[in-house]
Amino acid sequence: MRRIVSVASWIYALAVYGFIFLPVVVLVLFSLQSTSFPIPPFTGPSLRWYQAVLSDTRLTSALVNSLLVAVLSSATAVTLGFLSAWGFARFVLPGSGLLRGLITLPLTVSYLIIGMGLLVLFNWAGVPKSLLAAGIGHVVINLPLCFAIIYSQMGDHQINIERAARDLGAPEWKVLLLITVPVMAPAIFAGFFLSMTFSWDEFVISFLLTRFDTTLPVEIWNLLRSGLNPKTNAVGSLVFAVSIVLVVFFELTLLRRRPA
Amino acid sequence: MSAPLVDIRDVSHRFGQHPVLKNVSLTTEAGSYTILLGPSGSGKTTLLSILGGFVTPSEGKVFIRGEDCTSVPPAKRPTTTVFQDYALFPHMSVGGNVGFGLRMQGVDGATRAARARETLALVGLDSAFDKRPHQLSGGQRQRVALARALVIEPAVLLLDEPLGALDLKLRRQMQDELKAIQKRVGTAFIHVTHDQEEAMALADHCVVMNDGRIEDEGPPERVYARPATRFSATFMGESTILAGTVMETGNRTCTVATPVGPVSLSSALPLGSAAALAIRPEHLVLGAAPGGTKLGKADVSDVVFQGSFKRVLATSVEEPSLRFIAKLPATAIVQAGDRVAISCDTDQIILLTD
Repeated sequence: MRRIVSVASWIYALAVYGFIFLPVVVLVLFSLQSTSFPIPPFTGPSLRWYQAVLSDTRLTSALVNSLLVAVLSSATAVTLGFLSAWGFARFVLPGSGLLRGLITLPLTVSYLIIGMGLLVLFNWAGVPKSLLAAGIGHVVINLPLCFAIIYSQMGDHQINIERAARDLGAPEWKVLLLITVPVMAPAIFAGFFLSMTFSWDEFVISFLLTRFDTTLPVEIWNLLRSGLNPKTNAVGSLVFAVSIVLVVFFELTLLRRRPA
Repeated sequence: MSAPLVDIRDVSHRFGQHPVLKNVSLTTEAGSYTILLGPSGSGKTTLLSILGGFVTPSEGKVFIRGEDCTSVPPAKRPTTTVFQDYALFPHMSVGGNVGFGLRMQGVDGATRAARARETLALVGLDSAFDKRPHQLSGGQRQRVALARALVIEPAVLLLDEPLGALDLKLRRQMQDELKAIQKRVGTAFIHVTHDQEEAMALADHCVVMNDGRIEDEGPPERVYARPATRFSATFMGESTILAGTVMETGNRTCTVATPVGPVSLSSALPLGSAAALAIRPEHLVLGAAPGGTKLGKADVSDVVFQGSFKRVLATSVEEPSLRFIAKLPATAIVQAGDRVAISCDTDQIILLTD
């Protein structure tokens, strides 16, 4: 009986992991297909579709756009998130609890709603559809995340460290730049990499807010409209690889315990 | 230059509705070692924060070197603080920590490093220059914090329970070093503690605080031998307290009736007034002392051998609520359950004013 339960739980575990990872495995596997259709039987391995991706200027420029939007919007989100976390942690503000709730609220709103809202707003304000508009959208979704990560790591034990710096003659901006930022560096980097991950494969907002120059997920969607081929698998695998790298960086920076 | 280095005038402070300092005035002279001694909640740390500029008092003024510093921010005051948790910068080397204050003054790198090394040598840690704070022991971090605060040559160095996080042996050792360093640099130190031994060992000027007020202040020898109030008699060392009423007055003498018999004092007090008398443990004698004041009989309840002496607790037979605390030579023959006569040296009885 016990043996049956043990076997059953193994099968269950395999089924769960298979369910999660099989699509990715299939995607990556058929990106190495040497024939023109990403369907069995597997005919590879071959790198011809990766070559095709890298020689497609629309895809490569979309890749550069995506990176640019991800880096710049994450940097902005993490800077604003850090400053608001510092403000909430260090100063007594009226209605602090309510304001903290409001700043993290966008985490619960769907990207579609945020994207549509921004579309209407930009339309009204005369901001054209562009990478800048999509970048602003990414700041909107990632700022609450950066705030939450950094705020959770900003403990009282750093207050005396900041006081000591002030006591030794540091003006406020030097306290922030030379003391608080380096001490908070793990949380700041974690926020940055997580934002990068989310911005990197974000589709809805980019789709709604860009027109001619666009990001990689939108370009992949364009590609998919003309049907499946191993080239979409190859570009999907590339997106996946970059995401993995970013998540690993995130885990390393946030989870690595610095010696006290 | 007759103005005191630090002059605290009528400072009061409240946290919300709760008063933590009540009309405190205190002056400190250049080169002195002042200890603020009191239990937690006595306002001593708040007073130090007011001196450091981290708290602006609700009322009153603070003058440092004759200048009104009441609302000058910490960065612009001639004070530096050694924090209880050291508050070292974890991402900088020890040298970087010590040099930070000079860096803020715009001192160039080479001079900074040289002066940081000099100050580290002063606290006996010149070898740790390139280490990180987390590689050091508690006592070493303490010294780095001290060097970091001293390197910019403050007019007053403020220490917030600097030895509180150290174990007893290290605390006594650091205590001696603190005193030696203070004598060497000549900077005025103001040091907050709740440890009366630390206070007696370090202070030139001891300030006993309780409930937001200064109870007593002066050289530690005086505060110990002649405490001004009942609180300071029990907080700065132990005492047996006798309560009584003045029943006879003479020419600059009086006799106080206590539950254990009349006690004659060489002070003039109004007839019928209440008086509290304190007797230090080392001035109590078990058995009849010739020429001493008799304090009745007592049952010994506890004898604790402490190496160089025996600490004896005894309950008065005449007044069961009265407990005598005596300090006897280690060779004294006494044990729990003995009934003994108690007396004391008349000259050593302390008259408390409250």
